Amino acid sequence: MNGVHDMGGMHGMGPVHAEINEPVFHHAWEARVYVQTRAIGAWKKWNIDTGRYYIERIAPEQYLRMSYYEKWFTRNVELLVKTGMVTRNEIETGVPDPGSARLTPPLHVDRVPQVALNRNIAPSREPAVKPKFKAGQRVRARNMNPIGHTRLPRYARGKTGKIFLDHGVYNFPDTNADGRGAKRQHVYSVRFTAKELWGDHASPHDFVHLDLWDDYLEHA
Amino acid sequence: MSASVPVAAGAAEQSQDHQHQLVPSDISLRVKSLESLLVEKGLVDPAALDALVDTYENKVGPRNGAKIVARAWTDPAYKKRLLADAPAAIAELGFLSTQGEHTLAVENTPKVHNMVVCTLCSCYPWPILGLPPVWYKSSAYRARAVIDPRGVLKEFGLELPDNVELRVWDSTAELRYLVLPERPAGTDHMDEETLAGLVTRNSMVGVEKVKASLPKEAR
Repeated sequence: MNGVHDMGGMHGMGPVHAEINEPVFHHAWEARVYVQTRAIGAWKKWNIDTGRYYIERIAPEQYLRMSYYEKWFTRNVELLVKTGMVTRNEIETGVPDPGSARLTPPLHVDRVPQVALNRNIAPSREPAVKPKFKAGQRVRARNMNPIGHTRLPRYARGKTGKIFLDHGVYNFPDTNADGRGAKRQHVYSVRFTAKELWGDHASPHDFVHLDLWDDYLEHA
Repeated sequence: MSASVPVAAGAAEQSQDHQHQLVPSDISLRVKSLESLLVEKGLVDPAALDALVDTYENKVGPRNGAKIVARAWTDPAYKKRLLADAPAAIAELGFLSTQGEHTLAVENTPKVHNMVVCTLCSCYPWPILGLPPVWYKSSAYRARAVIDPRGVLKEFGLELPDNVELRVWDSTAELRYLVLPERPAGTDHMDEETLAGLVTRNSMVGVEKVKASLPKEAR
């Protein structure tokens, strides 16, 4: 979707402010949102692409107003309700509906050390899934404007670059995000010159590398 | 646009206050209420939540990445493995399960400078750098890193010579990036542990260089 989250190349956002000695979390509730996200994710009722999609679906004025973890919290509530893990009524009352079953959490404390750092997103070498492109080939990012989730930023659409590396086989976010299937395919690092992306004023020494799926690319 | 570090730090505090004023005051209550609901329904284990907070506040963070960088600086064979197969090389030091996530280490040299962004959200190599700082997730960095990378670097105090190739890696997929910064001159006598102490988080995202001595507050 052509959402406000797709920020690459936008103007008017001001300077970048780096905080010195920044804490991991600025408030206790931010930490709770982060770990709630990881723990409810262990139910595997939705995947990482759906999780990102539901942050992108936050209305633009809200998206820009909310702090980072407030967006996460909003997304978590939406997905918990959508998947039936909790009801709207439970969110409002803060207690389980009468008769709701008490379940056993999949992420027990004993498993935290193993899963905390393992997101299971290693590349897969799947010989049956053939790459459409090879390193060194010229490609064009497709001009496409899907209304659902996509990981092809607007600033690269229609632009020509070169395959730099083949990263292996991954799920395709556009279909994986909304239940249309994993559609596994190759992902490449595609190298674009800044001049191609931004025009003649850009430095001839600047390049942007994007990680793009087969379905985002065509021969150029 | 080239604000000095102290000025930028002051502005960051203002921005932080500003941002948090805009959060509804009851957000912490809403988060607490959701958590007690999740616990009561048996959807989450409260002990697991506490263990996860402890992991990300105390066990995971840029010190992990700094140890990887220092090892690469002092052990040429390790550096070669890191650049060829980063997940395996990182797993050697125990920071990543080999099935954890695909990571690419990109090396800064006098001729090529790498920096990392996620323009679409906030993708960041959690196991080796911890959770991303606010600036990395900010609209300003996400918007500008790809169109005005040299301007952004100047705000971090790094003026890159015009003829140095600048590669910006936009983390649009599940690849995660570790910038291997240049080892600073004048550190030949230092051991691996001392070197690791010099390596800043920002240098591993590619927005600053590692200096031979480090003021404590900049870590």
